[in-house]
Amino acid sequence: MTTTEAAPAIVPDFGDEAEDRKICFICSKGNLDMAYPALIMANGALTEGVEVDIFFTFWGMDMINKGTWDKLQFSMLGNTAMHMPGSTKHIPQGLGGLPGMTGYATKMLKKQIADLDVPEVPEFLQMLHDMGARLWACKMSVDMMGLTEDDMFEGVEAVINVNEFVELSDGAQVIFV
Amino acid sequence: MPTTTIADREVTVDEEGFMTVYDEWDEDLGAALASQIGIEMTEDHWRAVKFLREDFAAEGATPTIRRVSTVGGIPTKELFMLFPKKPAKKMAYVAGLPKPAGCV
Repeated sequence: MTTTEAAPAIVPDFGDEAEDRKICFICSKGNLDMAYPALIMANGALTEGVEVDIFFTFWGMDMINKGTWDKLQFSMLGNTAMHMPGSTKHIPQGLGGLPGMTGYATKMLKKQIADLDVPEVPEFLQMLHDMGARLWACKMSVDMMGLTEDDMFEGVEAVINVNEFVELSDGAQVIFV
Repeated sequence: MPTTTIADREVTVDEEGFMTVYDEWDEDLGAALASQIGIEMTEDHWRAVKFLREDFAAEGATPTIRRVSTVGGIPTKELFMLFPKKPAKKMAYVAGLPKPAGCV
């Protein structure tokens, strides 16, 4: 009688036993195109089981300020990589300063983002919050801009100072946007 | 493509162990895949896995977490409870589908 030994099943390693990894993002910009990188990376990190903290400071406060978070804009000015979708020909910088161009560029970018089924900033933040990301507002920015907690997205954990941020990011990988 | 034996059946998988042939999957296999990664299937787990299977058949791609939540109607929070830590990949694995390719 012969016996054949079954090969062990190939099972993916989901890293359940791995040590907890943590990433802290700092969002310092309020331009539409600069709001997305951290949100998208944070989303990716959360679905990989990574613990995520996001600290909003300076212009990044516009991302969590309910008066501005749905009004972020994209300007062609200062962006020398600006070209029309599907073309490699650069758009002259001077055009970006014409009246209505920021509104037009914003509309175009929003459409491209929506076409990929990527949510707008308020919905994106709610999604990250639901996935377990912790959101923090910068004390100095809040004081400087005269904001209160009522102005901010309810999902924000607290207003913290930079020392508290340094403490909570202990051992984390930090990404500044 | 390598093959592996799950629940006494020979199935085709990629190097990581994700199944690569849609029609080789059935619910018995799904339950066996789930138990390999420490998940015991409940009604709620099946709801998510069945949405993944149907959506893949219709769209040709494994849905992302966002799609499972917005189109499949299962809240993100719930997905993280059902398939802890890496819900997108774990759901795909149990459903016998490739990992989702989308970023969001």
